[in-house]
Amino acid sequence: MSTAFVLACVGGLLATSVVAIVGGRRPVATLFVYSASFAISLLLLVSALSDLIGGETQGDTLVLPLGIPWIGAHFRVDALSAFFLSVLNLGTASASFYGLGYGRHEVVPERTLPFYPAFLAGMNLVLIADDAFTFLLSWEFMSLSSWALVMAHHRDGDNARAGYVYIVMASAGTLALLLAFGLLAGPDGFYSFTAIRAGGLTPVMAALVLGLVLLGAGSKAGLVPLHVWLPLAHPAAPSHVSALMSGVMTKVAVYAFIRIVFDLVGTIEWWWATLVLALGGITAVMGVLYALMQHDLKRLLAYHTVENIGIIYIGLGLALAFRTNGMTGAAALALTAALFHVFNHSVFKSLLFLGSGAILSATGERDLERLGGLIHRMPQTAFVFLVGCVAISALPPLNGFVSEWLTFQAILLSPDLPQWDLKILVPAVGALLALSAALAAACFVKAFGVTFLGRARSTAAGAANEVDLFSRTAMFVLALLCLLAGIFPGFVIDGLAPAVGGLAGARMPVQGVSPWLSIVPISQSRSSYNGLLVFAFIAASGSIAAFAIHRFASRAVRRAPAWDCGFPDASPATQYTAGSFAQPIRRVFGTSVFHARERVDMPAPGDMRPAHFVVELRDLVWDSLYQPITGGLAVVSERLNHYQFLTIRQYLSIVFAALVGLLLVLALWQ
Amino acid sequence: MSLDIAVQGMQMLIVLALAPLLTGFVRKVKARLLRRQGPSVVQPYRDLRRLLGKEVVLAENASWLFRATPYLIFATTWVAAALVPTFATGLLFSWSADLIAIVALLAGARFFLALAGMEIGTSFGGIGSSREVMIASLAEPAMIMIIFTLALIAGSTQLSTIADVLASSGVGLRVSLGLALVALIMVALAENSRIPVDNPATHLELTMVHEAMVLEYSGRHLAVIELAASLKLLLYVSLIACVFLPWQLAPVGAGIAALAIGLASYIVKLAVGGALLALFETSIAKMRVFRVPDFLGAGLMLGLLATLLLFVTRSF
Repeated sequence: MSTAFVLACVGGLLATSVVAIVGGRRPVATLFVYSASFAISLLLLVSALSDLIGGETQGDTLVLPLGIPWIGAHFRVDALSAFFLSVLNLGTASASFYGLGYGRHEVVPERTLPFYPAFLAGMNLVLIADDAFTFLLSWEFMSLSSWALVMAHHRDGDNARAGYVYIVMASAGTLALLLAFGLLAGPDGFYSFTAIRAGGLTPVMAALVLGLVLLGAGSKAGLVPLHVWLPLAHPAAPSHVSALMSGVMTKVAVYAFIRIVFDLVGTIEWWWATLVLALGGITAVMGVLYALMQHDLKRLLAYHTVENIGIIYIGLGLALAFRTNGMTGAAALALTAALFHVFNHSVFKSLLFLGSGAILSATGERDLERLGGLIHRMPQTAFVFLVGCVAISALPPLNGFVSEWLTFQAILLSPDLPQWDLKILVPAVGALLALSAALAAACFVKAFGVTFLGRARSTAAGAANEVDLFSRTAMFVLALLCLLAGIFPGFVIDGLAPAVGGLAGARMPVQGVSPWLSIVPISQSRSSYNGLLVFAFIAASGSIAAFAIHRFASRAVRRAPAWDCGFPDASPATQYTAGSFAQPIRRVFGTSVFHARERVDMPAPGDMRPAHFVVELRDLVWDSLYQPITGGLAVVSERLNHYQFLTIRQYLSIVFAALVGLLLVLALWQ
Repeated sequence: MSLDIAVQGMQMLIVLALAPLLTGFVRKVKARLLRRQGPSVVQPYRDLRRLLGKEVVLAENASWLFRATPYLIFATTWVAAALVPTFATGLLFSWSADLIAIVALLAGARFFLALAGMEIGTSFGGIGSSREVMIASLAEPAMIMIIFTLALIAGSTQLSTIADVLASSGVGLRVSLGLALVALIMVALAENSRIPVDNPATHLELTMVHEAMVLEYSGRHLAVIELAASLKLLLYVSLIACVFLPWQLAPVGAGIAALAIGLASYIVKLAVGGALLALFETSIAKMRVFRVPDFLGAGLMLGLLATLLLFVTRSF
């Protein structure tokens, strides 16, 4: 694929954006914007995939006379970009197709439509930028257009606050990246990536760059403790945009991290791997614990994005550790695991967010405590949502399991690492990864069980209807991809090979040729997994058992009221809720992590007032990190506010004092 | 090749046929230890036959998922049990899933069972599901740590390879293996809803976990779920036997005689495991639900300690 083609597609998206402004709130504008976005995304997806499969990895550099005059804007599509382009455009294509149906319910389409294609264009530009200036410009364009989408329903409840927190965090992140590129460019101002790669960095500089990149890209991706904006902003946007922000935009942030740390910085110290690993492990467990405490479906999904970003960073940290120690084969395995999880997460998280959008448009609810029984009203949505839940819970034979399995295999190679810190950290991170996988399964039992099973907890949930065909098709395609990537993981690994090979220095063995399409990371006697056979065995033994029992035993069915040990209660309020379902886990983990307190107010016998049960949770990250910062800022601005009300004489003396001070500094400097 | 297929097929049928017998045997030994006569060891087979012949009474708001779940649970548990070496290693399809995948298959079965508990919208089902996932959220990481320990000693996550390596005399007694064994027994007790974590014999008690989830099932659905639970017990006993007592396992391409010896010793191992389980269960009381996290947390810590020891030096 030529870089020019991608740029032409980006131009098409921007043109769509302009048309959308003209189109205003006419229904035809919705149709046009989403179908154009879908078509362009599909084109980009096909060409990026053909690049990856065809092995055309060294893209041509294209220089446009834009931006800073004597530098121009550089664009290039290499294997890493091509992989992320295919992940990105798979997500945008499905979200756009979904938007064809979902967008019709939009009350204020003119607040979404112009920004949607612009957001897609921004993300595509970040992935193909080949110099620092273009990269930062596209990054900021992506942030701002997504901010506009978050603010689409700005009159709703907390959305304005979400938008405010998002724009502050996004600006801080861009600032960190700006400084990082400043250090990378050095005093001579090498802005193009080729020049940055050639220029070496001192270890101190490299460490500073890595710290800044962790801040900049990490805050966009949602690493704990920089994740606070994510569960506010992602749910605030319209659901197909939430899917893009959670499923795809976080991956653009992962791309930025990989591009800078693995590609541009070059050699780094091994101890940086410990930092990335520790952050990844903490992020994975904290993300899923936060998610378990939520009863807002979209916020729960957003916290799960935090968890999955943690899993991806564990893979990246392992890859860094192996690479700095020259273990290229193991680095390739770890990096493959991380990139595979990038792909997986974009697929199932998009699917789940689209599913939550379907629930939202069918019931008007995203509070779990007011849903229930939707499997009867929306059987197809229920099925695809279940597929997404099984996939994200890392259960075989779907795709989520494969990437976690690969990460575990990479962890098992790490006793060969020479550094003691890593030897002790890696098993602990492995335990955190296993814990987060088990908790994720618990969380999705809760999410699916409370939403789709049981009895309806509100009239809206009881009267829901299946969503339109566009939405269902988009979700079914993503669900199918979860299955296909799970039972044919070898092809995905082979597709990743060009991107991995360039960064890790080696690639995993070719998987597509192994017998029965199993995946064998190192050798057959060490470990292998065959999703296809596992799937076939489960399907075969399940259907044989069902057939034999129905044929030879009994097939009679009688419908009756629920048994419930003889005490069925007619009221749906007696069911387990999201809060009560999570109560055991809240007791086990929440008392320390969230300072969870339960207060029971039980009136004395004869007292007529109702009993109360109150759970208090504290977000320690917010309280201990962000509160002091915002509090300090408030104090400082309060003090500075005083200078707004001075007399003209005082202002003049301040100006004079500043001038003298500056001159003194200058004199001392010389 | 044809012998390999026969051995693999035999393995699948043997685990299926022996699973209810093991459950009946454990019940019988427990009854005898309590000075009761107890039902016959073949009682579980009779129960299964009776349940299979009965009609299913479905709750009015049961969906397709509720009806499909028993078969899904049975299928995943059976596939997992068929991949654990019982009397022979190097089974034909053993490379299709390693130990991590076997544990993940069981996690899949539990995922659907917990969903089935929430399906009807009764409070008993919900209580069972929410406690089950709490127990699993600690038991699964403990199990992964145990797998890490075994994999680091054997250099493989394939169960057949692990059994071969541990059966060879080069391994010897190790601290990490001892820790892993204790942790594995703790996890196995929790996974199979045995005392002290859960009581398989109770009903109508607020302490029950597994029985609460399957409360709404009847007829053939209940039969299939009971069979899956027996299979899971057999799987864990086989797993402990295959890893910690890997003797007399028939190697790849062994003759009929070796297979027969392997089979006989497997049955002896099962009987010993079942008797020990019954002895343990009669000598200990069930613990409160919120003591279970301490119990499993100890298992997790033991597993982590064993893994750490191996990361520090391969010789522990």
